[in-house]
Amino acid sequence: MTDADPPAEHESVPEENVLPMRHGVPVTEERGVAVLFPTRERYVEVVRALYDEGFRFCADLTAVDYLTHPGRALPEGVEPERFEVVVQLLSHEDRTRCRVRVQIPHDDPVIPTLWPVHPGTEAPEREAFDMFGIRFDGHPDLTRILMPEDWDGYPLRKDYAVGRIPVQFKGVPPPR
Amino acid sequence: MTTTHGPEWLRAETDEGRQELTDRRDTPPHELLRETGAVLRMSEAEAARLSEEPAASDETMIINMGPQHPSTHGVLRVMLELRGEEVLRSKPVIGYLHTGMEKTGEDLTYLQGPTNVTRMDYAAPFFNELVYCMAVEELIGLELPPRAVWMRMLLCELNRMSSHFLFQATNGMDIGAISMMLYGWRERDEILQVFEKITGLRMNHNFIRVGGVAADLPDGWEDDVLRMLDAFPPRLDEYDDLLTGQPIWRERTQDVGVITAEEAVALGATGPILRSTGVPWDLRRTMPYLAYDEVDFDVVVGSYGDAFDRYAIRLNEIRESMKIVRQCVERMPTGDYRVQDKKVTPPPRSRIDESMEALIHHFKLFTEGFKVPEGEVYTVVESPRGELGCYIVSDGGPRPYRMHIRGPSFVNLQTLPHMLRGGLVADAVAAISSVDPIMGEVDR
Repeated sequence: MTDADPPAEHESVPEENVLPMRHGVPVTEERGVAVLFPTRERYVEVVRALYDEGFRFCADLTAVDYLTHPGRALPEGVEPERFEVVVQLLSHEDRTRCRVRVQIPHDDPVIPTLWPVHPGTEAPEREAFDMFGIRFDGHPDLTRILMPEDWDGYPLRKDYAVGRIPVQFKGVPPPR
Repeated sequence: MTTTHGPEWLRAETDEGRQELTDRRDTPPHELLRETGAVLRMSEAEAARLSEEPAASDETMIINMGPQHPSTHGVLRVMLELRGEEVLRSKPVIGYLHTGMEKTGEDLTYLQGPTNVTRMDYAAPFFNELVYCMAVEELIGLELPPRAVWMRMLLCELNRMSSHFLFQATNGMDIGAISMMLYGWRERDEILQVFEKITGLRMNHNFIRVGGVAADLPDGWEDDVLRMLDAFPPRLDEYDDLLTGQPIWRERTQDVGVITAEEAVALGATGPILRSTGVPWDLRRTMPYLAYDEVDFDVVVGSYGDAFDRYAIRLNEIRESMKIVRQCVERMPTGDYRVQDKKVTPPPRSRIDESMEALIHHFKLFTEGFKVPEGEVYTVVESPRGELGCYIVSDGGPRPYRMHIRGPSFVNLQTLPHMLRGGLVADAVAAISSVDPIMGEVDR
């Protein structure tokens, strides 16, 4: 991703296209793994296309809160947002992995669910909702999974403080 | 504690607050679809029709199995809807052991990280350390000395054996072969004693570190390991006598908790559950890491996808792991057990007394930690329970910006409603046991 000139490894890329694309979305290569950057609107469509391509297995789905690290490297044309949903896909036939990263804005943390394509994302999506407050539109049972039902806030967000016992000294840095 | 609330509608529009299995009368079709038909690619109407069978809902009842039930391996709570003895629907409810380890991981340096992750899957701690260290090493771009690689492989395979012995013990106990519990724990304990000799601890070793391992193998380790390898085969044959061919055991496990290959792949199941359906997918063979492409072993595959297959796969994986351990003993390379990179691995204690530079490196490593280049990486290893993954995002600092562990038990638990459906409560015990969930990893 940090490479200035990412290698165009897919045959579907037209010669004159400077920006490598795959299924119509920007793609980079990070340590031998193709990383696709679809928009929220094209997310499910791209994952479905990858499914047809052989990526039948959704290994993992998680989210990242980039609140305090906004300057990450993204391919041209991808607008950085606060949240990112990261999906790891695996093709059993080709023995390759690929990754899908979707940008999600802070003021509207909604993304369509992957559940119709990969039913195995049911629990990971619930976890991402539980920890980051990202709503998965169309998920059949979007409830907290690890935290108690009546918990306030989303613990893995960067502006959620880790628990700390108040120390009674002057000049103690406030809990982050 | 400061908390962050999402927008109001976010809370209002989700059915937050209902983790439990709802009454049949209150269950909308899409939820039934989740429980029954999603994997089979049914429509909502078909799923609803599936659930129509028991007409009056006072014939069914919802009961809790766990979180204190002994056969739920810790604090797994399974809500079952029963008609008599038959399980109609079920839902695992988890989170009782959640300790926020991913959040903690963001606050620990890369040097402290393995201490945290090793406590996740407490039956197979080496794999957690390994996957974390492999992720960090890939971000830095470290090349390990061969002895470190083979030591890691040796410890991991011994750990796979101890984890599968633990499974044999608990699985036997759950199904009623109580003596099996004693045998399984006995064998596991012998392995733990070897771990204690090598790492100093029986569990939660924090032995695999970024850049290699924490210490070299002690004198005489070969004898201990070889003595074990000689002692185990007759005992495994005893297991076969005691369980494999035994009619009661077969009655209890065969055709129980059946899952097909398509269902397993769709639900993200890995490890023995996926292999029991006939999919020969073992990351050690299919996407080799460490030096697994240099050792000789077989991938054990089942064909029926039932509890018996999963039992037999784990039993035979012990034998395969013993093969690998023997090769590790025979071919253990000499040399460094960790990278000689002063920025990553701390200097030996003796150097600190005589070298100012070593003292500075030591101080910097343990106060500030080492910096890891910016980037993201997802590494995987084949843990005894399946694909154990670690996703690390680094912002260039000494702590991971985000550390996520893909726990195989967590994902594998999703297969439970499919395994339990239509079975008896007694079979539910066998099916839960055959998934072999470790709650520390499920809840993290």
